[in-house]
Amino acid sequence: MTWKEVFTSSVGKKLVMSFTGIFLILFLVVHVGLNACIWANDGGTMFNAGAHFMGNNVVPRILEIGLFVGLLLHIIQGIMLELSNRSKRNVKYAIDYGNQGSKWYSRSMGLLGTLILIFLVIHLADFWIPNRAHQGFLLGEEINLYEKMKLEFSELWVVIVYTLGCLSLGYHLAHGFQSAFRTIGVHNKRYNLMLTSLGYGFSVVVTFAFIMMPWSFFLHIIQ
Amino acid sequence: MLDAKIPAGELNNKWTDYKGHCKLVNPANKRKLEVIVVGTGLAGASAAATLGELGYKVKTFCFQDSPRRAHSIAAQGGINAAKNYQNDGDSVFRLFYDTIKGGDYRAREGNVHRLSEVSGAIIDQCVAQGVPFAREYGGLLSNRSFGGTQVQRTFYAAGQTGQQLLIGAYQALERQISLGNVTQYSRHEMLDVVVIDGKTRGIIAKDLVTGKLERHFGHAVLLCTGGYGNVFYLSTNAMASNATAIWKAHRKGAFMGNPCFTQIHPTCIPVSGDHQSKLTLMSESLRNDGRIWVPKAKNDTRKAIDIPEEERDYYLERRYPAFGNLVPRDVASRAAKERCDEGYGVGSSKQAVYLDFSAAIVRYGKIEVSKQGLENITEDQIIVLGKEVVKEKYGNLFDMYEKITGENPYELPMRIYPAVHYTMGGLWVDYELMTTVPGLYALGEANFSDHGANRLGASALMQGLADGYFVIPYTIGNFLADEIYNKPITVDHPAFVEAEKTVSDRLNTLMNVKGKQSVESLHKRLGKIMWEKCGMARNAEGLKQAIVEIQQLKKEFWSDVKIPGEINEFNPELDKAGRVADFIELGELMCIDALNREESCGGHFREEHQTEEGEALRHDDKFMYVSTWESKGEHEWELHKEELKYDVIKPSQRNYK
Amino acid sequence: MEHYNMNLTLKVWRQKNKEDKGGFQTFQVKDISSEMSFLEMLDILNEQLINEGKDAIAFDHDCREGICGTCSLYINGKPHGEWKGNTTCQLHMRAFKDGETITIEPWRANAFPVIKDLVVDRSSFDRIIQAGGYVSVNTGNAMDGNCLPIDKNRADDSFAAAMCIGCGACVAACKNSSAMLFVSAKVSHLALLPQGEPEKRSRVMNMIAQMDKEGFGACTNTGACEATCPKEISLSNISRLNKEYLFASLTADK
Repeated sequence: MTWKEVFTSSVGKKLVMSFTGIFLILFLVVHVGLNACIWANDGGTMFNAGAHFMGNNVVPRILEIGLFVGLLLHIIQGIMLELSNRSKRNVKYAIDYGNQGSKWYSRSMGLLGTLILIFLVIHLADFWIPNRAHQGFLLGEEINLYEKMKLEFSELWVVIVYTLGCLSLGYHLAHGFQSAFRTIGVHNKRYNLMLTSLGYGFSVVVTFAFIMMPWSFFLHIIQ
Repeated sequence: MLDAKIPAGELNNKWTDYKGHCKLVNPANKRKLEVIVVGTGLAGASAAATLGELGYKVKTFCFQDSPRRAHSIAAQGGINAAKNYQNDGDSVFRLFYDTIKGGDYRAREGNVHRLSEVSGAIIDQCVAQGVPFAREYGGLLSNRSFGGTQVQRTFYAAGQTGQQLLIGAYQALERQISLGNVTQYSRHEMLDVVVIDGKTRGIIAKDLVTGKLERHFGHAVLLCTGGYGNVFYLSTNAMASNATAIWKAHRKGAFMGNPCFTQIHPTCIPVSGDHQSKLTLMSESLRNDGRIWVPKAKNDTRKAIDIPEEERDYYLERRYPAFGNLVPRDVASRAAKERCDEGYGVGSSKQAVYLDFSAAIVRYGKIEVSKQGLENITEDQIIVLGKEVVKEKYGNLFDMYEKITGENPYELPMRIYPAVHYTMGGLWVDYELMTTVPGLYALGEANFSDHGANRLGASALMQGLADGYFVIPYTIGNFLADEIYNKPITVDHPAFVEAEKTVSDRLNTLMNVKGKQSVESLHKRLGKIMWEKCGMARNAEGLKQAIVEIQQLKKEFWSDVKIPGEINEFNPELDKAGRVADFIELGELMCIDALNREESCGGHFREEHQTEEGEALRHDDKFMYVSTWESKGEHEWELHKEELKYDVIKPSQRNYK
Repeated sequence: MEHYNMNLTLKVWRQKNKEDKGGFQTFQVKDISSEMSFLEMLDILNEQLINEGKDAIAFDHDCREGICGTCSLYINGKPHGEWKGNTTCQLHMRAFKDGETITIEPWRANAFPVIKDLVVDRSSFDRIIQAGGYVSVNTGNAMDGNCLPIDKNRADDSFAAAMCIGCGACVAACKNSSAMLFVSAKVSHLALLPQGEPEKRSRVMNMIAQMDKEGFGACTNTGACEATCPKEISLSNISRLNKEYLFASLTADK
């Protein structure tokens, strides 16, 4: 079996989703950890130091390229998979099986993914693009991201959009986390149980942390 | 006289000698020989796969949507084999002896001994295919007991042994299909055999999806189409199990052997009303642990749990202390009928007896207590532990019972009653499994050969697989070796054209009756006649009446049947009509056979012939033969007798006391 | 158990043949006993239709004891009806109430084209098995059945997967019309046994290739198949298949 055959098969496509998904989960750990520095409530000193390392050091900047490749693969493969799966049943049921057999969010990964994508575009347009543009897309001088956050999150609608975006991410993770491990072949009951619980925990904690960031600024919990 | 072609020599050596001397076909010639296999149950799938492996060009036909759905799949309890893994005194001879005795001395010694000889190899073959048989903690195969034996020789896979064995055979078959040795025709029903110059040369099959008739050539045709229990309308057979293939073969010259030998299984879920479409078996393995009883008082309307121990009649244990609840099926069924006829039956219909697991639950509970080293245990806790053990052993059967009846068998005893289950009769075949038409074979339940007048539990799977895996691959070579000189006949041959025309005319006739009665309602009426007059107990007067009624029913059928839909489309009602028309004719022959056999033996119980204790009374002086019927016209048959010779076993009154 | 009778409205999918567009028809049935099975209720409806001179409703069924896998039917939005771990033929009318409307549809998946009314073509399952769902052992090759002890738990797990009846409910329930539960049950059944070990790599690759070719979707681990499976085949079989597939692809030569 050639690599091409592997990655164009239904299981192979899922493997791509799974590996890139786990990679993106790892990124989220870094992202949520760094952003949590805002709660140091030191006027952004610690946060900006972290952001400066990420934006001004060649190693994370190279890793950033990897992140975008992973993200693109996840998005493109996800869209193709969703379209392909949708094409397998031309005549729909009159009554849907619905939630009797599965969780709504596990069946809505395509929708949740699309919402996350839209959110991501907004999010990148808010922070990443202005910052990198300011840097000349190289290792130039950055903008003060902490101040930028403060500014952005003073608007209620922005805070609401971010909340919804993060909720989509949460539900996407609630299924995606454990599904990724099933796809790479974790079949023992005990590990599946462990990973499912870990997945739920991860999605709740990460989502909550992300959501609290804009609200912290909006409600002036941090200065 | 019919020649069964049983090899000469000592019983032990007959099969070995046969294999050593039968003709062989060389591999290059096998590729030129075409074999048609009709039916893909255990016998058909195993035969088709094995013949494919040998290199023959094989075609398989089944009316189901996949070979895996054949009714062998529903066999629950297990498969016998003389492995003696339990070191409890089993041997090839013992299995042979039990089968002959269980069959009430109406089976051939030569065939049964061969069956017993190859039984062990079947288990080996199935294990190699990946059949997940039940195992002990040490990793070795597990065994359990079945009725009519005193050793543990039954191999099983929970309550789904038939399913697992069939899937094993099905997988072997699909492998041959992928290798190009076998071609599969699903949703195809055989509607006639084509005979040219006295030899079977092919079949006419109907594509059930399009309604189109097809002609298929074969140097030999194997009928592996199962039994005809659905003559009785209500039986444990699948809804579409039918006798059409063997009946067409019969009308084309193949003789029927012992058609009246029907097995009524003692443990089935009782009929609940007129709507009932089929009956469900509760595996015989349940009799390992369940105790059968009725109240000692007539018309006792108390709930089972309110009847104290001393007011219960464990009638099988009382009448047959040596075998108890594990007497053979025919004996257990008759005993249940006797109790119900006397007015001791239970449930709303009074046509049921109890199968009770409470004693087994307590017994297993106590074993668990000592196994787990528990102390200060209450009665209730013992029962909880016991129920867990019973659940592991029979869980799926208990679930099935609860789904159907809505009652929980862990709390209340099951209600059971006998039902039609298996037909020992079938196409007459010789030692090589060939019918009286050269080149036409019958395997598995479709033939009459191995079970005499009563089949022992867990022997049907054994016979189906023995015929398919280990008998036909040798015996068919003996016939086909001479066929290498005959080129395939084109299906434009007049015999094919004529056979197709007969089939098509009949279908048109059926569609054009345009009467008032549905196929189902006519089938129900046939079933009622058969069950009442040719069922568990038969007598001359009833059988004579039944013959008249069936002939009348046949007229009614052909003048008043109503079939909806078109002829050239997927039309299950038309397919069913053809099958019921054949059942009606077969029912008549069954009654004629039952009337002719003026003795009781195994499942055939003539009320005029019983001992003082109500046991079956054989007349070996007059009926030590296989009744073999040749079709001579619409209502005419000629009886041929194949004498049964017992060289090794001395027939005696069966005793399970 | 209390018995009762009921009157029901049935919305049934009718479709003359593969090419026909098809649509729902509504029927009334009266005095249905709670003791009947679902298919016996349909038998009564068919008798009624035949008496009225109409075409009977075609539906697949055979053993009527939940093991052959022939019966299908998507009843009120669930394959095999409401009961858990159950086939349509074992569904009994006590699951319904007087006056209820029941919607009956065929399995829906492009890989299972409708033949007529509620009958679909599941021959794609046979072809998936042909692709590798077997142990390559000819008759007569076998050694003694007890030569190779097999750990009881492993044998039990293998049996639990081998219980699959090939009915296709997993495909019918899956939003992607994926046949993964069916395929994984076979892969697991054989991969867990030493007899199936030698071919396990090629088996999983070939069966998946065939599954894709037949037009089934990919698995997204929603678990709808497990919830509807009449034999309650576990979702972990799919994970086991994934593991086998990953190993097979990593160790492939080409």
